[in-house]
Amino acid sequence: MMLRGLWKLTWIELKIFMREPLGAFGTIGIPVLVFIIVGRVVGRSLTPSALAASNFMTVGLPVLASVLIAVSTVLSLITIISIYREGGILKRLRATPLRPQTILTAQVVVKLLLTAATLALMVLAGKRYYPVGVHPPLFGFTIALLISTWSILSIGFLIASIVPTARFAQPIGALIMYPLVGISGLFMPVASMPPGLRAAARVDPLTYTVSLLEGIWRGDAWSAHLGDIAALVVVFAICTALSAKVFRWE
Amino acid sequence: MRSVIQVSGVRKTYGSTVAVDEVSFDVNDGEIFGLIGPNGAGKTTTMECIEGLRKPDRGAISVLGLDPFRDVYKLQERIGVQLQQAQLQKRFKVWEAVDLWASLYQKKAIDGERLLEQLGLIDKRNAWFMNLSGGQKQRLFIALALINDPEVVFLDELTTGLDPQSRRAIWELVRGIRERGKTVFLTTHLMEEAERLCDRVAIIEHGRIIDMDTPESLVKRHCPERTVVLATDDPSAGERFRAIPRVETVTCSGSQFTIRGKGDDLVTEVIHCLSENRIRVTDFRTILPNLEDVFLKLTGHSIRE
Repeated sequence: MMLRGLWKLTWIELKIFMREPLGAFGTIGIPVLVFIIVGRVVGRSLTPSALAASNFMTVGLPVLASVLIAVSTVLSLITIISIYREGGILKRLRATPLRPQTILTAQVVVKLLLTAATLALMVLAGKRYYPVGVHPPLFGFTIALLISTWSILSIGFLIASIVPTARFAQPIGALIMYPLVGISGLFMPVASMPPGLRAAARVDPLTYTVSLLEGIWRGDAWSAHLGDIAALVVVFAICTALSAKVFRWE
Repeated sequence: MRSVIQVSGVRKTYGSTVAVDEVSFDVNDGEIFGLIGPNGAGKTTTMECIEGLRKPDRGAISVLGLDPFRDVYKLQERIGVQLQQAQLQKRFKVWEAVDLWASLYQKKAIDGERLLEQLGLIDKRNAWFMNLSGGQKQRLFIALALINDPEVVFLDELTTGLDPQSRRAIWELVRGIRERGKTVFLTTHLMEEAERLCDRVAIIEHGRIIDMDTPESLVKRHCPERTVVLATDDPSAGERFRAIPRVETVTCSGSQFTIRGKGDDLVTEVIHCLSENRIRVTDFRTILPNLEDVFLKLTGHSIRE
């Protein structure tokens, strides 16, 4: 029963999303552009040997771009959910035999597909335009990014529950998500943060995302990151349970 | 007659606001039943409780023998719903919407293409939802409400915001739904709509049903007043009209007389008086009360206030 309508709804949501003139570009294009442009700018300022040794170029920037993919996916989810709620679309879909969780799962599947597509685009663009050749385990990294995105999408549903109107969805979402990116250990290792910030980083789901992505990118074994995965699963469980209580359909 | 919807003693509150209270009525198989009243009277809340979208605080509802809240998915299979002010995704194509909805039901859906044709939407099958006119959007919502060949169709403020021409076209479609043997439950704040469409209406105000019957019976019960307006140059006319037994007031401006009284016989009496006294008239019309007057009488204010 859960699956009735899920694939059709997912397919239609995907088509509708691709028809949005800015939606597709904003979600797929921007992380890829940031990745390439920053890579070119930094790449030009370094000598070839410094470039190959630069931790930022070989790990930092690719992981940053991947985190941006996940975050822009979440922001786009928040916006879509609030627009659908405001327009009565969620309510209209509910007045059918569709299960409420099917309606929301379709959105999650669309977002995960877009995440995978954006990552693929980034890899392709990277092969052609990125100044350093890097060879991460791509399949594992894709899985890691999908697990991370899936987990923080649940935060998206929570944020979507609290935004008052669709107009505020994007700004409020950004206001919550970007600080989480800021303290996630992407820009400064968690270990060298001042104690207060370190405590905040410990409860930031993106800290575990970054740790997982960096580790898998570097070629770590999955067993070294079971803690990160467990943390992301806990985030998903807590946010989903909370969403089930506070989610507003209209 | 078999009743397909039974509502008894339903109450629903939002915080401290009582949206509907002690609402009870039955809807019969094959009729168009209208819940009428001003905005905020509790029409949509009542309808959404019946559709299983809201849970009443108190009272019992049965639709086609099902409990709408507990058996909501079973119920959705058998009813068709059009919601007030609902939208679809902006770039959702008409045919895609019909196709998606057709796939959501267990039983085989009716032919979507034919449905679009019947609703005059076939030329728009590739159009995006956002590019449809108000009337086309409502016709699409009717299509979605009919796609599973439902036994009961719910229409909430179907023609609000439409121009008179689209409104009439939609009324024709709703009559067509009844002709297919389906029961229609609708809400409206337009008295003309209720009068033209509904077999029976329930008038709701401040969350309570204040009366319920066929539109004609409601008018007869609450508004026995009849008015005849006629024009004549006969100098003795005014005096003769005042002498008619049922006449209560006669007012005159220039050659135009307005005769008011009670009861269906008033008109006959006036005609009789005209022919007996050989009064020549250049204009003659009757003004009959309608549901709008019934509402005014029952609530003390107009439905538009």
